[in-house]
Amino acid sequence: MQASKAIPAPRRRALTSDRIVTLSLHVLAGATLLLLLSFVGYIAYSALIDFQPSLLEFSPTGIGNQLFNTVYLVFLSLIISVPLGIGAGIYMAEYATHGRIQKVLRIAIETLSSLPSIVVGLFGYLVFIIMTNSQWNLFAGALTVSILTLPLIATITEDALRALPASYAKGSYGLGATKWQTISRVLIPAAFPAIITGIILAAGRVFGEAAALMFTAGMSTDINWNSTDITSPTNAFNPFRSGETLSLQIWASRSESLDPHASAMANLSALLLLALVFMFSIGARALSRYLNRKNLGDTK
Amino acid sequence: MEMSNMALSTNPQSISAVQSMVAAQEAIANAFTVEDLNFFYGSFHALKNINMEIKKNEITALIGPSGCGKSTFLRILNRMNDLEGDITVKGRICLEGEDIYKDIEPIVLRHRVGMVFQQPNPFPQSLYDNVAFGPRLQGITNKTDLDQIVEESLQRASLWNEVKDRLKKSAVSLSGGQQQRLCIARTLATKPEVILMDEPTSALDPISTAKIEELALELKEKYTIVIVTHNMQQAARISDKTAFFLMGDLIEYNKTKVIFSDPHQPKTADYINGRFG
Repeated sequence: MQASKAIPAPRRRALTSDRIVTLSLHVLAGATLLLLLSFVGYIAYSALIDFQPSLLEFSPTGIGNQLFNTVYLVFLSLIISVPLGIGAGIYMAEYATHGRIQKVLRIAIETLSSLPSIVVGLFGYLVFIIMTNSQWNLFAGALTVSILTLPLIATITEDALRALPASYAKGSYGLGATKWQTISRVLIPAAFPAIITGIILAAGRVFGEAAALMFTAGMSTDINWNSTDITSPTNAFNPFRSGETLSLQIWASRSESLDPHASAMANLSALLLLALVFMFSIGARALSRYLNRKNLGDTK
Repeated sequence: MEMSNMALSTNPQSISAVQSMVAAQEAIANAFTVEDLNFFYGSFHALKNINMEIKKNEITALIGPSGCGKSTFLRILNRMNDLEGDITVKGRICLEGEDIYKDIEPIVLRHRVGMVFQQPNPFPQSLYDNVAFGPRLQGITNKTDLDQIVEESLQRASLWNEVKDRLKKSAVSLSGGQQQRLCIARTLATKPEVILMDEPTSALDPISTAKIEELALELKEKYTIVIVTHNMQQAARISDKTAFFLMGDLIEYNKTKVIFSDPHQPKTADYINGRFG
């Protein structure tokens, strides 16, 4: 017993460094969490200290319309980028699996995903506004931010499909499935929880995007909530009206607004935006769990 | 049959026609007839001049050391090798008289010739959806029909009693042996004529292995089974015929009893006596 207590020097050093690494990782994780919490706390504090109920109104004096625009824009952009992104991911994982096409595609997607959003914004302005001869509108904004979110969804879908065991595809082919049946009935459902992560990240990008929307979705909002005609330029659900989002509104109130409540508005917008992203993330994960359970059956 | 009866009554000299009928019927008693099969992966000659008849309602075991071509041969029978890219198949392989590389679409062939893999590979879906997968591919969507097929298939795979109360649960929650029986049920649900098994018990414990072997013996009454195995006792226990492959050649193909008690080829004797491989 006594002999085993004497640890030889090299082993002692290994033990010491093990303890040091463990401790530092805990400290770093704690510091990051603290930073995040104080950040959220500061935003919440600044928002609540200047809070006025009128700020929540769905009118030009409140930020209700901007809140709606943000949600609506995320919805529109996901409608565009989710099918296209998943389609591109499927293509890269299952069809263009090697050779020149795949190389070119990969370089294109990597480049696309690292483009500065102001460049994408100006591109969107040129193509979706000037060339189509139209006014600033939400649909153009959704198309423009989709350029930013597409590579994200495509890459994550591709990685998720590639990470699946080859035995899934073999089993499916062995039962007489075609390639598309294999992809749509076995591979996509199996990769779905990972794909959801991609969609959450993409949505997060849209929630926070400002530069790409400035010249596409526009900086003005004029909604008549009583309108029932979707083609009217003041109808909330008309995608071809201009619409300022929360993050654009933060930028505008902080930089050029003359409104006396501008700073309070910006602070509240920041808090709302944070809450929105948080809720979306939780909601998407709950949906993913639900679909997974429906698909997989209960795991117990 | 009606045609030949008519021929007989009108023309008594059609004995040769009857003889060819008999020959045709013998051919139909074969599930597979393989003639002069040569198979290449790229330029690698993986199978050389294979001639073999696989009888219906029998278990045919394919044995031989790793890399001898037995699994390659198995995968030719339902054209799973087509998925591997650069392959060349020469010769004729007929399933009940139809050339599987000419007359049958691969996806139809794989309904008729099902496959059970080495590693149990249930889809990450519910038990029910796993078994209903094949029938759904074939266009069966009616709930009552599917329910019936699922129950029947699970019963045939001796899994029904263990899982009937949890069909909606995940297939990956089953034990390895249960998963493999689920994969067999999944194959049975497509109503195949032949079941190919690629070392189906090599990932299982002895009790699960015994269950799968017992199951194979029950299933041969309705299906033709071709099984690749590394386990020679297994081949001896369950198969009717055994084929011994070595370096891409079919060295000997005979009744299992003969192969294991009185092999005609010295190489076969060496292999089953454990002198190599």
